[in-house]
Amino acid sequence: MILVLEMALLTVGLALPLALDHFWIVLATRIVLLCLPALSFDLLWGYSGIMSFGQALFYGTAGYTAALLARDAGLTSIFVIVPACTLIGLVLALAMAWFLLLGRYPPSTIFVALGTLTGAYAADRLARGWYYLGGQNGIPSIPPLTAGPFTIAEGPVYYYLALGALLVVYALCRVLVRSQFGLVLAGIRQHEERISFLGYRVQHFKAIVFTLAGGICGLAGALAAFHDGFVWPNMLSVLLSTQFVLYVLFGGVGTLVGAVIGVASIEYVSFLLADRFQTFWPILLGLLLLFVVLFRRSGLVGLVVTERERFGRFGRAPARAKVERSHGAA
Amino acid sequence: MALLEVSGVSKRFGELRALAGVDLRVEAGQIHGLIGPNGSGKSTLMKCIAGALAPDAGVIRFAGRNLTRAAPSERARAGLSIKFQITSVLPSLSVYDNVLLALQGRDSLVSLLRSATRRARHEAVTAALARFPLIGRADQLAGALSHGEQQWLEIAMALATEPTLLLLDEPTAGMSLEERRLTGELLAPIKTGCAILIVEHDLDFIRGVSDVLTVLDQGTVLDSGSVEAIQASSKVQEVYLTRV
Repeated sequence: MILVLEMALLTVGLALPLALDHFWIVLATRIVLLCLPALSFDLLWGYSGIMSFGQALFYGTAGYTAALLARDAGLTSIFVIVPACTLIGLVLALAMAWFLLLGRYPPSTIFVALGTLTGAYAADRLARGWYYLGGQNGIPSIPPLTAGPFTIAEGPVYYYLALGALLVVYALCRVLVRSQFGLVLAGIRQHEERISFLGYRVQHFKAIVFTLAGGICGLAGALAAFHDGFVWPNMLSVLLSTQFVLYVLFGGVGTLVGAVIGVASIEYVSFLLADRFQTFWPILLGLLLLFVVLFRRSGLVGLVVTERERFGRFGRAPARAKVERSHGAA
Repeated sequence: MALLEVSGVSKRFGELRALAGVDLRVEAGQIHGLIGPNGSGKSTLMKCIAGALAPDAGVIRFAGRNLTRAAPSERARAGLSIKFQITSVLPSLSVYDNVLLALQGRDSLVSLLRSATRRARHEAVTAALARFPLIGRADQLAGALSHGEQQWLEIAMALATEPTLLLLDEPTAGMSLEERRLTGELLAPIKTGCAILIVEHDLDFIRGVSDVLTVLDQGTVLDSGSVEAIQASSKVQEVYLTRV
């Protein structure tokens, strides 16, 4: 069923610009870009048991880096911006992982959650107070992204660029969580201590996933900064980090596709509610989120995906005949 | 030199003295039974050896290496493996995946990222499952197994790491008589590959499988020796056997 959902979303995603006008394509691009940090959070919480309230730290830092490279160094080439900002996300996340995860004793979930939250909060306050970063107003008027002589402006081209980035990241995440590495993550999620007694250096696995998740946010932050044309402190905030958490809880934890469904449904419903109930739409949205998170622990995806499928299979299964021969021999 | 040398290990939990200067030696290829009344410190000693608890004092040497402060993963990589008192299989993974996880515990990260690892380990997984009566249940979730089968699965996982010392904390707890008999038969041939340190309340079972017995009482070693010597020990009979 997960594969069916993935194929359906891919078809819709590819066909969307053909059926939408410019306004909706811009909105759809924002939604696609938000899927990246949501995926990163799903990798952390859904697959590795790491609670992070600081994904916006990596997203916003990369966004600010992209804005500064464009404003102060005149760099707008996608071939510079994307690798540089992804690297910023990776390095910053590795530094945090070093501090939060690789200590002498295994950290608690609460410690990591509070550590990441503090990081996002501190970065938000720093950006608001630092004149060089534009203070409360952030950095406006970022020039468009370029690829050689071509300008990548908002619209269908940027949409497909964002969709391409999402597809690549999604595919990499899918390979990762279904490999033997993913099997170890599934084991860690269920019984971390038991896994360490099998010889696995659990915190190393967590640090690797945390670092990768930071890199994904870095990529998303850079693309978002150039798409929106400005960056502001909210890009680094705890509020946005919490939003990434809600996307995944709403869509379905530990499925990857749930993160995408969560972002798309929350953003679309928010837009509809804001349009129809201009004064109290946040209350309606909050009630909806509460309802799903409290009464549908497996999220929207849990309506159609079984628990067994959610845990998935890892690596290529040996050929059926081979299994049967082995059983027979036993 | 003994495979495992525990020297003067002590552990307190607040006012409670769980271990007080325990010495223990386990030789290679030996099944060493650890017995004692409830609260005598058997499980605490096992946890200190495996790395689940850090001793307050004393030294734990394994295969000549001082592992007193080593992380559990480092002890496992050195050749120590444990089956806990409370079964701790991974219930939402298949029986096959539980054993596979144990088998590839010392693999490099790069090989884990390559899906081919599963195929490469297939023969070893089926061999590990075939040793215990679990081969027909390879595709079932571990959580769906009976208690006795989960105990076997956990022993199979502990053995799959190819340890030189296997720590078994009450391997037959909650098993039927038939399952206990079968477990004894399954453990006997293992000692050709590795030594076993085993904690068990079932005295008939532990007498049947052990080469050497150590008796703990109130966190100290009461006596240690061959099964016959311990059975004949007046100290043990007076302090331990009469209380059980």
